[in-house]
Amino acid sequence: MTKPRHIRSSAIGTPIRRASFLLISGSVFAVLLIVWWAVTASGLVPSIFLPNPVSVVTQLYGLAVRGTLWVDLGVSIYRILVGFLIATVLALPIGVMIGSFATWEAAIEPLVDFVRYMPVVAFVPLSILWSGTGDGQKFLIIFIGTFFQQVLMIMDNVKRVPRDFVGLGRTLGLSDRRILTRIVVPSAMPGIWDTLRISLGWAWTWLVLAELVAATSGLGYRITVSQRYFQTNTIIGYILLLGVLGLITDQAMKAASKALFRRGDAA
Amino acid sequence: MTPKLHIGGLGKSFGTGEKRNEVLRGITLDLADNEFVSLVGTSGCGKSTLLSIVAGLQDYDDGELAIDAAPIVAPGLDRGVVFQSYTLLPWLTAQQNIEFALKAAGHGRTESRDIARTHLELVQLSHAAERYPSELSGGMKQRVAIARALSYRPKMLLMDEPFGALDALTRHQMQELLTRIWEEHRLTVLFVTHDVEEAVYLSDRIAVMGIGPGRITQVFDVPLARPRREAVMETTPFIELQRDVHRAIREASRPLEQ
Repeated sequence: MTKPRHIRSSAIGTPIRRASFLLISGSVFAVLLIVWWAVTASGLVPSIFLPNPVSVVTQLYGLAVRGTLWVDLGVSIYRILVGFLIATVLALPIGVMIGSFATWEAAIEPLVDFVRYMPVVAFVPLSILWSGTGDGQKFLIIFIGTFFQQVLMIMDNVKRVPRDFVGLGRTLGLSDRRILTRIVVPSAMPGIWDTLRISLGWAWTWLVLAELVAATSGLGYRITVSQRYFQTNTIIGYILLLGVLGLITDQAMKAASKALFRRGDAA
Repeated sequence: MTPKLHIGGLGKSFGTGEKRNEVLRGITLDLADNEFVSLVGTSGCGKSTLLSIVAGLQDYDDGELAIDAAPIVAPGLDRGVVFQSYTLLPWLTAQQNIEFALKAAGHGRTESRDIARTHLELVQLSHAAERYPSELSGGMKQRVAIARALSYRPKMLLMDEPFGALDALTRHQMQELLTRIWEEHRLTVLFVTHDVEEAVYLSDRIAVMGIGPGRITQVFDVPLARPRREAVMETTPFIELQRDVHRAIREASRPLEQ
């Protein structure tokens, strides 16, 4: 009797069970945590460079109880929301127009493409000159960092709408305006949503950058202040917190996409 | 009698100067009312371009183009178009896709719903009315597309290799369905295909196109009785005609001496 042939689970492209996947990925986190704990508890790395996990958690807990954490968080979320919304509200119509009309593309695309390659970091001193160190400067940095990328990505989303969809609209006698609102935009929407999800992830980086350089409140500000007082546990705690926040917004955007466009994409 | 569709000496080139590429030259073809005419030819003969011009989606350089003696200047609801690619809007159900076209044609809400339902029934898809395109097979999608193009009562139907992306079995089913609908409801149809068997089975006349530049080299009458059923494909007249058309396509595939 011949045994059924089994393909090695380590072969290229072979899927593994979900349980195995979770076990492996969970183990990596656990091992890293143990290593972290071991090198700090043994005194191998001084706590001024790397505090132990317990100290980080206790410090975060203390900041949360005293309310500092929530104030920092509130200020930062407010800034990212406003900055991101301003960028998105402007990028949407412009991206749709340059994705649809060659004249618009000629006028705007090369310019945006050029600005896109100017490093956002280099705009920070200028942004302080222009708008001080208040919220306006944070909005400006988030805007510069996301708007130009969004415009180009939304243009791409729009260009990917099948040509025949537009042809269909024209054979139905629809005006250009109606073809845009009834066919092109709804058709590009799942892709545009993805663009927003990705650019929101970047926005967190720009926010913290702006807060690190010049601010009197926010998550980034707290990190700078903590450096001054050698509170390494606060710094690490906030960096981990920022990672978690990014992950949460990303997952929330993905879940929203599933709810909004659950019928569309596969067609 | 004025023809339903008049194409007279139509020419079309892409590009200018050195790069100018003449894709259609002196195309003359008249379609009578309720006539089913196929355009066949090797790829690159410009048959899809010609259909697209008749649809009003592309312009042309010279010649005449008229539907019911009125010149064609833009796309419009008087010509229903079925594309080769699936053009069902993915965020609408089968029913809503048809209603979308009916609303564009100026029908009211309840009226659109009723007409859409009737046309889904016509293509035997009443059971799939609430399904989204991602839940439909390729053949079902094209049936909805045909129902949509018929729903707003265009003067004629333009079909650009509508079954080209389907598997052989589904293609046969679709051909039978289209023949049945056409024989019952009668409509002027301009049908582009590279499948000669399909052209002979469906058409009243077949125009063979050649390349370099794209032109009509020969027009065949299809003298097969209607209603046609699949069995007709095994009869001698069918097979002979199919062979003649094949030969005509082969001869037309040699570019003209410049």
